[in-house]
Amino acid sequence: MSIPLPVFIAIPLAAAFLLPMFGKRGKDAATVVANAATITLLLLAVTCIGKSEVYEIGKWPIPLGINLVLDGLSSLLLLVISIVTAAVMLFSAGYMEQYTARAKFLSLFLLMVAGMNGVVLSGDLFNLFVFLEIASLASYALVGFGCGHEQLEAAFKYTVLGSIASVMILFGVGLVYGNTGALNMAYVSKAIQNSGMNAGLGFALALFIVGFGLKAALVPFHAWLPDAHPSAPAPISAMLSGVLIKSLGVYALARVVFNVFGVSLQIGWLLIALGIISMVVGAFLAIGQWDIKRLMAYSSISQVGYVMLGIGLGAMLLARGANPAWASLAILGGLFHLANHAVYKSLLFLTSGSIEMATGTRQMAEMGGLTQRLPFTRATCTLASASIVGIPPFSGFWSKLILIIAAVQAQYYWVAAIIVFVSLCTLIMYLKVQRYVFLGELPEKLSRAKENGGSMLIATVFLACLCILMGLLVLIPGLRSTILEPAVTVLTDGLKYSDTVIGML
Amino acid sequence: MLYALCFLLFMIGLYCAVVKKNMVKIVVGILIMEYAVNLFLVMLGFRQNGVAPILDESHLESQTALTHFLNNAVDPLPQALVLTAIVISLGSLALMISICIRTYERYGTFDITEIRRLRG
Repeated sequence: MSIPLPVFIAIPLAAAFLLPMFGKRGKDAATVVANAATITLLLLAVTCIGKSEVYEIGKWPIPLGINLVLDGLSSLLLLVISIVTAAVMLFSAGYMEQYTARAKFLSLFLLMVAGMNGVVLSGDLFNLFVFLEIASLASYALVGFGCGHEQLEAAFKYTVLGSIASVMILFGVGLVYGNTGALNMAYVSKAIQNSGMNAGLGFALALFIVGFGLKAALVPFHAWLPDAHPSAPAPISAMLSGVLIKSLGVYALARVVFNVFGVSLQIGWLLIALGIISMVVGAFLAIGQWDIKRLMAYSSISQVGYVMLGIGLGAMLLARGANPAWASLAILGGLFHLANHAVYKSLLFLTSGSIEMATGTRQMAEMGGLTQRLPFTRATCTLASASIVGIPPFSGFWSKLILIIAAVQAQYYWVAAIIVFVSLCTLIMYLKVQRYVFLGELPEKLSRAKENGGSMLIATVFLACLCILMGLLVLIPGLRSTILEPAVTVLTDGLKYSDTVIGML
Repeated sequence: MLYALCFLLFMIGLYCAVVKKNMVKIVVGILIMEYAVNLFLVMLGFRQNGVAPILDESHLESQTALTHFLNNAVDPLPQALVLTAIVISLGSLALMISICIRTYERYGTFDITEIRRLRG
C-alpha cells in the first residue's frame, strides 16, 4: 500500500493548529497529542524506506500542478528528521516544564517539523521556498522563545540573516522561472539540459548557493548560528543543529546543485572549499569556548563542513568523469555523516539541556564533578562525544572512515589529512567538555544537582542506543542497500532525476 | 533597463540591511529587498497591452480572436507567486517587528551596537 505523501505535512500542520486550542489547563493533553503526532510520523517514515513515489497535489498533472517526490534521498532525510523529532519531542515534555506557554511552544515546534518535511518532499522550487519559510519562521520564533535579553538579540540576528537568505532564494526561483518557464524541478532540469546554462541561470545558482549556504551556516555565512543555537531552549537547539540546518541547507543545496542544475567542476570545488573552511574554522572557534552550548554550536559548523566536503568531493569527481564508484563512496560518506551528526549532535544538545536544568548554568568553568550527580547524563554525553570524535565502534567513526577512504582513493591526500586533523580538534573540544563538566571537584553549590528522570531520560537513552547501532547501517549490506544507497544513487544519477520523476507518473 | 533598476532596488535594500545600525532600519532594508524581488516577479509576467488570462466564449468565436488572446494573455503564474511571497513577507515582518518591540522593552534602544551581549 502506498502512503499518501501529504500526510507528512498534514499531520504536524493539523496538530500545530489544534494545540493552541487546549489552552492553559490542557497542557498535558497538548503534550500527549504532540508526541502522538511525532511518533506517528516516525512510524510512517519507517514504512517509506526504500519506496519511491510521486504525488500530484489535487491531481493536477505536472508541470501545471505541484508535486511531492519521495525518492531515496528524501526518505533518508525524512527518517532522520522523524527520529530526531520524536526523541526531542519526548525530551521537551520534561524540559519545557520551566517555561510558560507550553502549547505555543509545541505548536511552533510542529510547524517547524511540517516545514522541514515539506522541504525534503517537495518537487517544486517555489513550493520548496514556501516550506523553507514555514520552517524558518517557526525557528526564528523558537530561538527567541525565552524572551530574555540574549534570546531576543540572537533571534533578531537569526531573523535578519535568515530573511536575507530567503529573499535571495526567492530571487533565484524568480530567475529560474524567467529563464526556463518552469518551476517544477524535473522540468527546470530538462529545460536547462536542452538550452544550457546562461548568465541568468548562473546568477540564480549563485543566489541559491549563498541562500542555502546561509541556512546551512557554512563558514562565510555562519555568523548567526553560534548565537541562535545556544540561546534557544535545549530541545530547539537540538532540532536546529540536528536537522534544520541539514534539511534547509545541505539537502536543498544538494538537490538543486545535483538534480536541477547538474554538477560542474567549479561547483564541486566550491562546495569542497566551503566544507573545508567550515570544518577548520568551526573546530578552531569551538575549542576556545567556555559556554557548553556555544562550543557545541561551533562544532556543528565544523560537522556540517564534513557533510559538505563529502558531497562536494562527490560532485567534483562526477564532473571530472572519474570512477563513479569513488564519487558514490564520497557521497555515501557525506550522507552517512549527515545522519550520524543529526543523532549525536541532538543528543549532545539534549544532555547540555539536562546539565543546564540541573546546574542552572552553561559555563563549563562553574561546573565539575557531575559524574556522581548525573550518572545517566554523563553516560549518554560520553557516548555522543565518542561518536562525534570518531572512536570505533561508534557511529561517527564509520562515516569519517568512509570520507577518508574516499579522499585517499581519489588521491586527494591533503583532504584526508585535514579530515584527520579536524577530528583531533574535535577530540580536544569534547575532552574539554568531559574534563570540566563531569570530572574534577564538585563545586559546593552544585552538590544538590539531581538527575532529570522520566521522558527526558528515555529520549537521551534512545538516541544513545542509536549512536552505538548506527554503525550497522554501513556494516550490514541489507540495511546499507535499502537506506543509504538509494539516497546516494539519487545524487550520483544527477540530471537523470527529471526522467525518473516524469517516468514515475 | 527595468530589470537593472529592480536589481538596484534589491542592492539598496541589501545595503540598508547590512550597514544600518538601527534595528527598524534593518527591517525596512529587508522589506525593500523583498519588494524588489516581488517587483521582479511581477515584471516576469508583464506584457505590453496584455489581456487578462481568462479564456471565455468570445475568444473562441474566431481564429483571430483566439490568436490575439494567445499572443496577449499575461502569464498568471508570477502573480500567484507574488501573492504568496507577500503573505510570507507579512508574516516575517510581523515577527521581526515584534522582536524589535520586545528588544526595545529590554534594552531601551534600537541601536545594534549597544545590544551586544553575545560575542565570541
